[in-house]
Amino acid sequence: MNKEQTIEELKNIVKPYIQNQEAFDSLTENTDFINDLKINSASLVDVILDIEEKYDIVIDNEAMERMLNVKAAMEIIETKLSEKN
Amino acid sequence: MTNQEIISKLPYSKPFLFVDEILKINENGVEGTYTFDENLDFYKGHFKDNPVTPGIILTEVMAQIGLVCLGIFLLDNSLNKNPSIALTSTAIEFLKPVFPNEKVTVISEKVYFRFGKLKCKVIMKNEKGDVVCTGKIAGMVISK
Repeated sequence: MNKEQTIEELKNIVKPYIQNQEAFDSLTENTDFINDLKINSASLVDVILDIEEKYDIVIDNEAMERMLNVKAAMEIIETKLSEKN
Repeated sequence: MTNQEIISKLPYSKPFLFVDEILKINENGVEGTYTFDENLDFYKGHFKDNPVTPGIILTEVMAQIGLVCLGIFLLDNSLNKNPSIALTSTAIEFLKPVFPNEKVTVISEKVYFRFGKLKCKVIMKNEKGDVVCTGKIAGMVISK
């Protein structure tokens, strides 16, 4: 999995839900979905469903609770993708 | 859980309870009715001398029947607990006016219920069967 490419893909996924454009423009793997991008918990569910669809993976409750920033999202996507193969 | 039990678990009371009857409910959706009493307070001001049901109230009827009743049904496993609910988004198109004393039927279809968020595709019909409004409503439904 290419890191830059995944960050770019995640950026496209979160774009409709962000409330802080500045944090979005300078998004890095340390960007926090809730504290930096100001995505609320209800919208975070949509982010996660969009991630499931994009990567054809299923995210469980335990993974959902960890998925609070870009880095964690990338790790979870990578893990779930590797479980698939 | 019977349909009446679901209504009794709704966290609303008059003048803000907008569910009369649940016609059918299952894990994929719900259908229910509400009749607008002509004495409801908002008709006095919306509009002056020309009572029409406000769109915000139609939205509330759709949310109470389509989202909250279904959410309570889906949380059935926690019978002794009261659900905590919050509306999180609505996108509704209003097609026809609804006047005092009209009875409406709300038909809601679950889009998803994941991680406590319930999203539904909801339509409201009048007694003639015309669609008066339609859209998507989402909320968080969590048992306390």
